[in-house]
Amino acid sequence: MPLRLLKYGLSRDYPVSGDIPATPELKPAYDVVIIGGGGHGLSCAHHLAKYHGIRSVAVLEKGYLAGGNTARNTTTIRSNYITPEGIAFYKEGVELFERLSQELDFNVMFSQRGQLTLAHTEATMRSFHLRAEMGKHMGTRTEVVDQKGVEELCPLINMDYGGPLEILGGLWHADGGTARHDAVAWGYAAQASRRGVEIHQRTEVQGFEVVGDRVQAVTTNRGRVACGQVLIATGGMNYDVALMAGIELPIRCYPLQAMVTQPLKPWLHTLVSSVSLHTYLVQSSRGEVVIGGGSDPYQLYSTRSTLDMKEHLAEGAVHLFPFLQGVRLLRQWAGITDMTPDYSPILGASPLANLWLDCGWGTWGFKATPVAGKRMAQTIAEGRVPDILKPFALERFETFRLLNEMGATAASH
Amino acid sequence: MKLLTCPMNGPRNIDEFQCFGPVRARPDPNATADRDWSRHLFRAENRKGIVVEWWRHVPSNYFFLAERDLVSNEIIRTFDAPQLRDRA
Repeated sequence: MPLRLLKYGLSRDYPVSGDIPATPELKPAYDVVIIGGGGHGLSCAHHLAKYHGIRSVAVLEKGYLAGGNTARNTTTIRSNYITPEGIAFYKEGVELFERLSQELDFNVMFSQRGQLTLAHTEATMRSFHLRAEMGKHMGTRTEVVDQKGVEELCPLINMDYGGPLEILGGLWHADGGTARHDAVAWGYAAQASRRGVEIHQRTEVQGFEVVGDRVQAVTTNRGRVACGQVLIATGGMNYDVALMAGIELPIRCYPLQAMVTQPLKPWLHTLVSSVSLHTYLVQSSRGEVVIGGGSDPYQLYSTRSTLDMKEHLAEGAVHLFPFLQGVRLLRQWAGITDMTPDYSPILGASPLANLWLDCGWGTWGFKATPVAGKRMAQTIAEGRVPDILKPFALERFETFRLLNEMGATAASH
Repeated sequence: MKLLTCPMNGPRNIDEFQCFGPVRARPDPNATADRDWSRHLFRAENRKGIVVEWWRHVPSNYFFLAERDLVSNEIIRTFDAPQLRDRA
C-alpha cells in the first residue's frame, strides 16, 4: 500500500466518522421529544437545532432510521393541489427541495423533471383546468396541455386514439420532481446529530404520562423520558401513538403498494400519472421504473403485498407504455398510510398543551418532509401555530372546515 | 386470491366485493350535538383489533357484514344484516 495513502488514513484531519452516531444512552429529560425517526421527525429535529437553537432534542424511533414510510414512498414532489391553503404549503415544500442538497451539504438527488398527469375523460380535463388556474394564481408552474402537448412531453406514451382510454390532455406541472428518499432522511439526521440532537433507534414509545393538559414524560422500552414538548410524527402509526395519549385522530389506515422494474436505459423523462388508471410511473436515477397507484381498497395494519394490486398496477403501466410488457419486476413493497377524511394532513396543536401533531400524511407525505419539519419546528419553538399551518388544524373536523384535496391527491401523485 | 364468504353467494374472490367501512351507530338527529356529529362523520374505527364492517357483493348488490382482524387481515366470520340488529 502506498505510504502516502496511509498518511491520510492516520491523519487527524480525517477522523473516522459516520454520518449518524450510534444510539446513545437515554437521558432522563429533553426539551423536545420527537416520536418517529422518519423524514418528518428528522427534518423537525434539524430545523429545531439549526434555526431555533434547541439542541436538547431526542428523536425516538421504534425500528431503524427512516425505515417506515420514508423508505416506502415513491418520492413524488409537487405542489399542484387544488385548495389555496394546500398549494401555498406544498409550494413552500417544493422550494425547500430546490435547495435541499445545499442546505444539508448532502446530495439528495433532487430532479425537477416535471409531472404530467393524464386525463382520459372530459370531467378530468375540467378538474385540471381548475387546478391549473388555482396553481397559476398561487404562483406555481401548472398548466393544461392538449393531446399534442402530451405527445411532446412524453413521446413514447400510448395515446389510445379512438380507444376507451384515449388521452384527452394533461396537467403539466413543471415544478414537479423527485428526490432520493433515503438521502433526505440521512441528510437531516446527519445535520441534526452534528448539532447535538440524539437519535435513538430501536426505542419504542409505549405510553404517555399525562398530568392535567400536559405530557410530563413518555415511557419507552428503554425507560422513562421527561419532556418539555412532544411531537408525534410516526406515519402509519400516528393513530396508534396518539391514542396512547388519549387522542382519537380522524384517521384510517390503509396499505399502499408500489413496485419497481428492472433497470432500463433512460426513456421516461417526466413523472407520469393517470387518474383513471390509478397508476403513476417515474424512472429512478438507477433506471428502474417505479410504479405506484392508489391505496388498498380496505383498512389494514399490514405491509403485505397482494397479487391483485400488482396486477392492477402492471395493467395500468402496460396500457400507457405497451413496450413494458416484457420487463421484469425487481421489487415490490407496501407501507401503511394514515388517511384523513379530506386528504389533507393534520398539523399543529393537539388537545394537550405541549403535544404537537405532524400526522395524517396518508399517501402524500414525502414531498412535505422539509416544509413540515420547518414549520413544526417553528411551532414548537414559538409555542404557537404559524398561519400557513392553521388550515390543517385538528379542530377543522369539529368546525366542519375540511380542506378537500381528494381530487388532487387520490391516486394522482 | 383471497376469499370472502358471502352469506348469499358463498366463497368468492375478494375482488368481487366492495368494503363500506366499519359499522357505526346512527346518531339521533334530534339529540346530537355538533361535536358528536363530527365524530360520527369523520372518526371511524381504526384500532388494531377486530372490526365489524359493511361489505357488498358487487355483481349481486348484496350487502352484509364481516368481522375482520385489522392486523392479520383474517376474516373471522360473515353474517347477514338482521343479525347485527339482533346483536345490538
